Amino acid sequence: YQRRVHGDFMFKVLACKRALSLALLPKFSRTFSSGPAPLKMDFSEKVNTKEIVLKNPSKLKKMNICQSITNALDIALASNPNTYVYGEDVKFGGVFRCTVGLNEKYGTDRVFNTPLSEQGIIGFSVGLVAAGGVAIPEIQFGDYIFPAFDQFVNEVAKYRYRTNGLFNTGGICCRVAYGAVGHGGHYHSQTPEAHFMHTAGLTMVIPRNPIQAKGLLLASIRSPDPVIFFEPKILYRMSEDLVPEEDYEIPLRKAEVIKEGKDVTLLGYGASVRQLQMASKMAEEKGISCEIIDLRTILPYDFETIEKSVNKTGRLLITHEAPVTSGAGAEIAAKVQEKCFLHMKAPVKRVCGYDTPFPFVYEPFYLPNRVKIFDGIQELMAEQLTTSSQIPFKYCLLYTSPSPRDLSTSRMPSSA
Amino acid sequence: LKQVVAKHAVRSLSSITVPLPDISVYRFEKNLFPQKAETNREEMLKYFKAMTFQRRIEIACDEIYKMKQARGFCHLMDGQEAVAVGIEAGITLQDYIITAYRCHGFMLGRGGTPEKILGEMMGKLNGVSKGKGGSMHMTSQKNRFFGGNGIVGAQIPIGTGLAYGIKYEEKKEVCVTLYGDGAANQGQLFEAANMAMLWKLPVIYVCENNGFAMGTSVARASANTNLYARLDLIPGARINGQHIYAVREAIKFAKEWCLSGKGPVCLELLTYRYHGHSMSDSGLTYRTREDIQKVRKERDPIMTVSYTHLTLPTKAQVQISVVAEPLKKK
Repeated sequence: YQRRVHGDFMFKVLACKRALSLALLPKFSRTFSSGPAPLKMDFSEKVNTKEIVLKNPSKLKKMNICQSITNALDIALASNPNTYVYGEDVKFGGVFRCTVGLNEKYGTDRVFNTPLSEQGIIGFSVGLVAAGGVAIPEIQFGDYIFPAFDQFVNEVAKYRYRTNGLFNTGGICCRVAYGAVGHGGHYHSQTPEAHFMHTAGLTMVIPRNPIQAKGLLLASIRSPDPVIFFEPKILYRMSEDLVPEEDYEIPLRKAEVIKEGKDVTLLGYGASVRQLQMASKMAEEKGISCEIIDLRTILPYDFETIEKSVNKTGRLLITHEAPVTSGAGAEIAAKVQEKCFLHMKAPVKRVCGYDTPFPFVYEPFYLPNRVKIFDGIQELMAEQLTTSSQIPFKYCLLYTSPSPRDLSTSRMPSSA
Repeated sequence: LKQVVAKHAVRSLSSITVPLPDISVYRFEKNLFPQKAETNREEMLKYFKAMTFQRRIEIACDEIYKMKQARGFCHLMDGQEAVAVGIEAGITLQDYIITAYRCHGFMLGRGGTPEKILGEMMGKLNGVSKGKGGSMHMTSQKNRFFGGNGIVGAQIPIGTGLAYGIKYEEKKEVCVTLYGDGAANQGQLFEAANMAMLWKLPVIYVCENNGFAMGTSVARASANTNLYARLDLIPGARINGQHIYAVREAIKFAKEWCLSGKGPVCLELLTYRYHGHSMSDSGLTYRTREDIQKVRKERDPIMTVSYTHLTLPTKAQVQISVVAEPLKKK
């Protein structure tokens, strides 16, 4: 009781102090930094009927990514009695509420908690699926996947290869909550897909919205190959769509062209797709037409779609939250310059995180946001748009005079 | 006046004997452990002050987090003050401490001030790690405090390595490596413990068992709930972690054991946290408010020290309130 009363009093004191300081200080000062405000845009999408064939196209329900994942897991558990969902704190619904109600419906021998041992969880999954089950383990945060890295790279990825197809770990679909969330700091915000990109034998899938999440998750669970399914945790509640209630799958290993364009190709996945959409809206006001591709399956990635698009536009900008050195963008950039060199009008631009540990307070400066992407688009278009009314003057002399500055990392935007 | 001063001096230096609660042992003789602790009123007041200070800081952290002045993750250890203060009382500043993310109390014992701790949480330059580490990563090089580690169990092999360095330099120091009941199931613990016993390293493994690994109780996560008995050949003991003298004497005993070259020790401290696992956890989905209130009434670490005071004359009680008020204001 003492604590509650004292707490209230302290709260009032601190609140008064804060109000006073805000009133007295000039208007432009803030107590903490934040990135550019999101553009008011509608990110909701309709079902892509070219890819998804529905039996009841009118039976839709408004869900966010969290609920669509629960729905997908429900369908998977119902359709195959040999399916198991487990991980840390999964039984009561999960720390992100993605497995709510599953334990009540399917019982503790199919939906259960594991102790705090990631290596144990994934190693245990390998055995479970080698004996014929379908395992859907959950890694609570992407940053904690590293104790299980050995099991993924040395066991999961190589099982089929080393037994000549006698056994396989195709039944594994490991769900990982990953990505920056605004206040995560070093160990709740990492994007570890690049560490796994180097491993042949794994498949990595990343959705951007609830419709994609449900379809891709069901396809991943039923895929004959082991899949790591990264879910962008910042979009768990933020991304909402009208999702079909029935069982449907979206094909893996295919990228999707979300928006057609002719000037520059923007490539991203997960939460970065929103930044690309906002940046392309900003670019349209300058008359630049952007083509946006969502990669969806990061490994093995769909190079055909990228090649077709880059051959059309001649310019490519890749973005992801992970650090720029040897990120997913590095691999795609290398392949694009190898295959599409003669069609390129500008070098491949990567707008990614910096080569540091994920920062604590500097997160808004670190993340590749719409302003940095827009800056990158202007840089790519510099040769085309030569009058200073169309682009900032700093880009006008870009390709005519050599600049000693390093152009491979993004600069701070001039107007934030 | 001289007589009053003399009487006061005698009373404050006069030794008080505190009987210690019962313990469970593994691969130890129980009679090796001390059954009572010698202390005096000055010491009691010192511990009371330190623990109350930690409690107030944790409440202040709670408030600034709720006002969004601090962001990131915030893991509070109010209820577990006896662990931090007791360990600090049993060792010196030359010994090393490394712990997991519930580290504010340890930072306070190793040179942290409220400005530095709250500043670090808010990401300010005057913080312990200049605002780059946040609540979980507070360290002190001068006072040999190695943090503050975010990944569960990652600090255990690091602490074992520190102990190897101490042994190599032939110093009379120990490394206290703390971990929680959740980390007791991590493979890293067993790997490091094996190395420590193999090479007889001066490391004290302290398991802060507060009953819950986030929301999972010990019984639901561990097959063997005797966490002090899980490190195979390393001898262990289960101590009441809410009784500061029990903690202090156990650490002192463990330090002597390590320094005599007999190898590592494992101590399980039974303690409790009033807050949830972190600020995003209410702490009420896996336990009831009545459970928490019960612990506050019966097993609160600050009350252990105050109750002992209650048997002393009332002047001591007045002194307690005189000491506590300025701490609250600060």
